[in-house]
Amino acid sequence: MAPFEPAALPELLPVFYRRLFPHGAYGRWLGYGGVEKNYFQLREFSFTLRDDVYVRFQSFGSPQELEKELQRTNPYKIDIGAVYSHRPNQHNTVHLGAFQPVEKELVFDIDMTDYDDVRTCCSSADICSKCWTLMTIAVRVIDRALVEDLGMKHRLWVYSGRRGVHCWVCDDAVRKWSPALRAAAVEYLSLVKGGAETVKKVNLSEPVHPFIRRSVSVVEKYFEAYALQGQDILGSPERWDKVLALVPEEHRELLQSEFPKKRDSVQRWELLKGRMERTRRLASSGKGTACYADWEVMLQYCFPRLDINVSKGIGHLLKSPFSVHPKTGRISVPLDVQRLDDFDPFAVPTISSLCQELDAAGDDTEQEDGEETEPKRRMRDYRRTQLAPYVKAFEQFVEEMERGRRVERLRRSDLQGEF
Amino acid sequence: MTCLTAALGTAGSAFPLQMEFSSRARQRHLKLAGDRREPYPHSLQFYQEPPTESISLAEFESFAVDRLRLLKVVENLGVSYVKSGDAYKTKLEAELRKLKFPYRALAEDDYDARRKDHISHFILRLAYCQSEELRRWFLQQEMDLFRYRFHELTDSLRQKFLDHVNLSFEAISEDLKNELSNELYMSTPGLSMSKVKEQMFYKVGLSDAVDLFRARRVFIKDGFAFVPLKDIDAIVLNNYRKSLSKALALTARSLPSIQSDERLQPLLNHLSHSYVGPDYSVQKNTGKISLEHIDALSVKSFPLCMRQLHKALRENHHLRHGGRMQYGLFLKGIGLTLEQALEFWKKEFIKGKVDADKFDKGYAYSIRHNYGKEGKRTDYTPYSCMKIIMSNPPSQGDYHGCPFRHSDPELLKQKLQSYKVPPSGVTQILELVKGMHYQLACQKYFELTHDVDDIGFSLNHPNQYFAESQRILSGGREVKKEPNHLGNSQQKNNSQESVNSNSAPTSSNTTTDAELEGLEAYFTED
Repeated sequence: MAPFEPAALPELLPVFYRRLFPHGAYGRWLGYGGVEKNYFQLREFSFTLRDDVYVRFQSFGSPQELEKELQRTNPYKIDIGAVYSHRPNQHNTVHLGAFQPVEKELVFDIDMTDYDDVRTCCSSADICSKCWTLMTIAVRVIDRALVEDLGMKHRLWVYSGRRGVHCWVCDDAVRKWSPALRAAAVEYLSLVKGGAETVKKVNLSEPVHPFIRRSVSVVEKYFEAYALQGQDILGSPERWDKVLALVPEEHRELLQSEFPKKRDSVQRWELLKGRMERTRRLASSGKGTACYADWEVMLQYCFPRLDINVSKGIGHLLKSPFSVHPKTGRISVPLDVQRLDDFDPFAVPTISSLCQELDAAGDDTEQEDGEETEPKRRMRDYRRTQLAPYVKAFEQFVEEMERGRRVERLRRSDLQGEF
Repeated sequence: MTCLTAALGTAGSAFPLQMEFSSRARQRHLKLAGDRREPYPHSLQFYQEPPTESISLAEFESFAVDRLRLLKVVENLGVSYVKSGDAYKTKLEAELRKLKFPYRALAEDDYDARRKDHISHFILRLAYCQSEELRRWFLQQEMDLFRYRFHELTDSLRQKFLDHVNLSFEAISEDLKNELSNELYMSTPGLSMSKVKEQMFYKVGLSDAVDLFRARRVFIKDGFAFVPLKDIDAIVLNNYRKSLSKALALTARSLPSIQSDERLQPLLNHLSHSYVGPDYSVQKNTGKISLEHIDALSVKSFPLCMRQLHKALRENHHLRHGGRMQYGLFLKGIGLTLEQALEFWKKEFIKGKVDADKFDKGYAYSIRHNYGKEGKRTDYTPYSCMKIIMSNPPSQGDYHGCPFRHSDPELLKQKLQSYKVPPSGVTQILELVKGMHYQLACQKYFELTHDVDDIGFSLNHPNQYFAESQRILSGGREVKKEPNHLGNSQQKNNSQESVNSNSAPTSSNTTTDAELEGLEAYFTED
C-alpha cells in the first residue's frame, strides 16, 4: 500500500464521502431517535475545506441533507458542535444573546503531547507503540469511572487520527449537563496537577478515595511492561533521579544508594514499592505515617491527563468520528473497549489505503446489475475494506442506544398504564 | 456616603434606621408590629421572594450602599484570611453588626436587620445583573456571605432552615450503608468509621453535590453521591448558587426597562461602578508603550506572572492559549495598540515554528478577537488577580496563572533569588504563599523590587501593578490616602459626578415620602 500523501486528499475525499463514510448510522446517532424535536436540525457542524477555509455554524434539515453537502464540498475535516437554541445556519437572524448552545454530548480529549514530561521514547506529535499504552491506560481508567462512578452508559471512544483519543458520552441526561457539572467531572477525574513549574504533580494523603484506589489498580496492570520495561524509567541515574524527586526526602537517600546495586528498573521498583508498602503496613498498626509515593509515581507517569477546556464548554467543537486526519490520512475510528490492548494506531486504515482497497475490489468483482441503489452499494463497498469492523462497532453503539430508548419507552408506558 | 444622602435632601441620616420612617411608613410599621417575625422566620434566607413593600428613596440608597460595603468587606476578608478561621469570622461579625445586618442567628428582635438584608439584596441584584463580570462578583460575595451565616447556625436551627426551604434528599437504608461503609469511610474526609455508622447518609444527584464530587470528598456510584448530614451545607450552598445565578440572569432580561427607569439608573450606575474597581479596558495611554521597551518593562514593572509569561515567550517563541490570553490582554491593558500587538506576537512566533502565513491565518485572528474586532466584537478586559488565581490552572507546558499560587514553592524560591530578591524578602513571600495569601505575596514582591516600605494600595489586578509601578518609577507618586469604600481616587471622581446628577431628579422629592413602587416586576418572569 502506498503511503498517504496529503496532496491526494482532493481526489480521495469524494470517494470517501460517497462510498465509505457511514452516513446511515451517523444520522441515526445524531438524530437520537427523534425524541426531541428538531434535535438534528439545531446541531452545529463545522467544516475545514481546502486551503484552510474554515466554516462554522453549518446546520442541516436532515441527515440526508448533511450527506449531500458532504459529497458536494468534500471537507478535509468535520467537527461536531452543540445543539443550539436556533438553527445554527440562521444564527445571524437571531438577536444577540438569544442564540445559545443548549445541549451536547460530554466529551473528553486525551492528547499524547500532554505527557511529554514523562515520555522518554517520543515527544510532541510523535507516537510509537511503546507510548501508545498510555492511551490504553487512559481509556481504561476513565471508562471505568464513567460507568461505575458516574453511572454513564453510552460512551463512544474514538481514535483521534494521530496522537490521542476522544470520548463521546451520549446519555440523554448527560447531554443536558451544565458547564459547571462538566468541569466538576473533569476535576473528579484529574489527579495530575501542575505545569512546567511543578515537579511533583500527584499528591495523595489518607484517606485515599476509592476512585484513586481503583485507578491505581488499573494502572498497576500495565506499569511493569510499560514503565519499567518499555520506558525504563529507572534504567539510569539520570532517569531514576527524576523518579526519586517525587519521593519524600526521608526515603530518597536510601533508595539512591541502593539503586545502583540493582540490575534493572524492575528490581529497583520492587525496592521502592516494598519500602512504601512497609510504611503503610506500619501505619495501619499505629506506627508512623503511610507513604504513597509508589502510587504517586505510577500516577504521575501513567494516569490520564484531560484538557478541561474541551469538556467544559457546551459550545466546544470536537472532531467528528469517521473524520479524516488531514496530516496522517487516518480515519477517526471507534475503539473497541473490550479489545483495547489489541488496538494498534498504526494499523488504522488511511483514506488512501481504503481507496486502494476499493480499487482492488472493483477489479475483482464485476459490476452487477446497475439497478443497485446507492446505499446498498455503499454498504457493500465499505465491507470490502478495512473500515468494515469499525463501522460495525459504530453501528452496534447506535443500536445499543436505540435499544435503550425502546426500553425506556416501554417502561414509561407501563407506568402510565398502571393506576 | 453622608455627602450623598445630604445631596438627596432627605431629613435624617442613614443611621439609625428607625428615624427615617415617614408618618405613612411609621403607620405601616406599627401595623406589622404584631407579627413582625412572620415574613422573616429565619435569620437566613434564599431570597426567593422579592420585597413587595414600597420603600423610601433614602432607604433604597442607604440599604444598597450598606450591603455593598458589606460585600466589599467580605471580598477583602476572603483574600486576606482563611474563610473558616476565627479572624475572618470575628471581623465579619463585627461588620455585620456595624451595618445592622443579621449577625446572630438566634437574635429574636432581628426583624429590621432581616428586612434590610432582604431588601438590600434585591436592590443590588438590579445593579449587579448588568454584566457578566458584575454578576460573577456579586454571586461570589453573596455565596461567601451565605456560607458564613449558614455555618453560624446551630444544628437544630439548620435542620429547621432546611425543612423550611424544602430541600428533599433520600436517606439510604441501613443495609445499604453497611454494605458501603468502607467506601463511605474512605471517601468522606473527617468522618471516623464509627461516625460513618451512626450518621445519616443521603443519596443525592451529582448536579446537587457538585462541589463535593469535584473535589472527591464524597463517595459516588452509578451517578449518585452519598452525602453525610455534615456535608449537606455544601449542597445547600450549591442550590443557593444555582438559584441566585438563575435569578440574576432573569433580572438581566429586565435590563432595558431597568436602564430606562429614571429613578433607578443614576443610583444603580453609581453603585455598580464604584465598587468593583477599574477594569482597565478603556485605555487613556494607548500607544504610549513602544515594543522595544517591553523587555525592560517586564523586569521593572511587570508583576511576576507577566514577567514569567514574557520570558517564556521570548525563550520558546510560543505561548499556549491560556498564556496568550492572560498576557495578551495584559499588554492591551498597558496600552499596546492592536497593530503593535500583531507586530509583537508575529515577530516572536516567526522565530519559532510558526510561519508568517500560519500566523496570519490563526493567531492574528484571535488577537483581533481580543481587541473586539472579530466575532462577537466583545472588547475583552484584562484578567484580574482573582480570575488568574481562581480559574484555568496551568498544566504541563503552560506558563500562565499566578506564580504565587501555581508554582512549586521551591521553584518559586529559586526564581525570586535569580531575580535578586533579598533572602529575608524571599522568606516573607514564601510565608505568605504558605498561608495562601497570594496577592499579599505579590504585594511584598512589589515592595521589594521597588524598594518601598509600604505598597500603599491593595493589589487586585496585574495592570494596577503596572500602573502603580510606572508611577513610582517616574517619580510621580502622590501620597495615598486611606482607601475608602469608593475605590481609588479615579472612581471617587466618577461618583462625585453621579452625585450631582442624582441631586437633579431627586431634589424634587423633598419629603421622605418619596417611594419606589413596582420594583418586584423586575424580579419576576412574565
